[in-house]
Amino acid sequence: MEFILSILIGILFTAAVYLILSRSLLKVILGTGLLSHGAHLLILTMGGLGGTAPPVVIDGVTDFADPLPQALILTAIVISFGVTAVMLVMAYRMYDVHRTDNMNELRGNDEHD
Amino acid sequence: MNMINLLLFPIIIPFFFAMILMFFKEQVVVQRVLTLIGLALSLVASFWLIATVKTEGIQTVTLGSWPAPFGITMVSDMFSALLVTTTIIITIFVVIYSFSSIGVERERFFYYPAILFMITGINGAFTTGDIFNMFVFFEVLLIASYLLIVLGGEKRQLRESIKYILVNVISSAIFVIAVAYLYSIIGTLNMADISVKIAEINQPGIISVIAILFLIVFGIKGAIFPLYFWLPNSYAAPPIPILALFGALLTKVGVYAITRTYTLFFVHDIGFTHQFLMVLALLTIIAGCIGALAYFDLKQIIIYNIIIAVGVILFGVAQMNTSGLEGAVYYLLHDMLIKGALFVLIGIIIYATGTSNLREMGGLIKTHATLGWTYLIAAFGLAGIPPLSGFIGKVLITKGAFEADHVIGSIIILASSLVVLLSVIRIFIYAFWGPQKNELPVRDQRTYRQMMFPAIMLVLITVAYGVGAEWLMPYMTDAANVLADPSIYINAVLKE
Repeated sequence: MEFILSILIGILFTAAVYLILSRSLLKVILGTGLLSHGAHLLILTMGGLGGTAPPVVIDGVTDFADPLPQALILTAIVISFGVTAVMLVMAYRMYDVHRTDNMNELRGNDEHD
Repeated sequence: MNMINLLLFPIIIPFFFAMILMFFKEQVVVQRVLTLIGLALSLVASFWLIATVKTEGIQTVTLGSWPAPFGITMVSDMFSALLVTTTIIITIFVVIYSFSSIGVERERFFYYPAILFMITGINGAFTTGDIFNMFVFFEVLLIASYLLIVLGGEKRQLRESIKYILVNVISSAIFVIAVAYLYSIIGTLNMADISVKIAEINQPGIISVIAILFLIVFGIKGAIFPLYFWLPNSYAAPPIPILALFGALLTKVGVYAITRTYTLFFVHDIGFTHQFLMVLALLTIIAGCIGALAYFDLKQIIIYNIIIAVGVILFGVAQMNTSGLEGAVYYLLHDMLIKGALFVLIGIIIYATGTSNLREMGGLIKTHATLGWTYLIAAFGLAGIPPLSGFIGKVLITKGAFEADHVIGSIIILASSLVVLLSVIRIFIYAFWGPQKNELPVRDQRTYRQMMFPAIMLVLITVAYGVGAEWLMPYMTDAANVLADPSIYINAVLKE
């Protein structure tokens, strides 16, 4: 199971890197979304997928699932959700002002301001 | 009175005031007064914290009273208490400077709450004893900084803030990945516990890989070579008070995180990790020096000086001996104060001349003598001319480097001081000497005086910091001792 998840995470990272390196800002933002998905799955995999019982102490149960990675993922998901929302709003405002979403045209330096 | 929650006050008070401020969106005066009250209270709390840490040793509190390493621990040793205090001092003066320079429009759109939220995140990152909690506090300060960098919505700000966010989102993702790898091997997130567990397995290769991953994450935030590429353009976009806060505080959080992880976790393979850190620090200094000399733009010159200072501090950390660490702590605080002062001062120069291009300035000393001499003192302080504060830090760092037999590194550090001096004196020569090139814009004298107050105060504090080094040294020694000997930190956290 870990092996399959590792491959999935790898695919997510590959797609994320491809999208982040593209010219269109919207694709870049989608890429960061995929990157954070990959990172969240990675936490889950790294915490170990073993454990069948919920992490509540009951007599006779020894094979608990590790609750910590899930708590971490929850926190990380909320944060990446918030940041993605902020980024989308800013990308929209930037498109409003600059009339382009092509990263090549956003290079800019002082002489062109 | 037994105040075990004392170390949370510098985090909670700004947070609390930031929330209250949001209800006074239109009342700018109320916002200013409340911001100052909140920061003053935090300052009192942080001084109290320093006194407590000095007398009673490291302060810890575990949230929800879960025993460490299970609950999230907040730890305040002397290093983080000093950083928290310095952060609040700088913020107070930058806030006073913003009264007359940031403009009512920005003040109405949550400028002060954003600053206080950022302080919450910065102080939290300095204080936390849990590596994942550090990620959360990083995000708190980053999201506040996203608001600050784009506040005002100028064309250039929008363009640069998109890149700033992208770089930081990617580095945050790598942070999560690094924490996940660390968790899979060590199985804990409490920083003291991580240190114990890494010592037990004696840092195999995989831990060194994680060390480098952490270096990449914090290096992006702290602007080390070659990861500083995003910094000069992004920092130049927002107005001066925000630039002053970013330049003085944000990169230093990254530097703090590197210092903490490289003195607490990854100390068993110094030949590889710290050698790597040292080479990068030296390259950072060289790259910063090239940038500082290459530009004729006031902002860019000082921004590249941030990068040089990051290199100097990390070079001190990489020595891993008491002198080097003491120097790094001292220089880190010095650099926060002096960068705050310098950014405020060049803000006033830009205000007085109406341009940030050195070639169009000249002869300011005739009309703005106080500004000129204050700037000169700050410039000498930055370059490290005795008895000003930059000198002592560099002496200690160089001493540490000689003790560790890194002679070439020490020579680069000392040579970089000359370049720093040249780059800041160039501003003095071009802006203050010679004939006046352009007609100065008409400026309100009262606003100018209001701007000068925080600048002079900050410069005075840096002078006092340098001259009073003898008196401050016990505090630096305490901070360096905890960094040099992780067992002090571990015992304080895992005492029960």
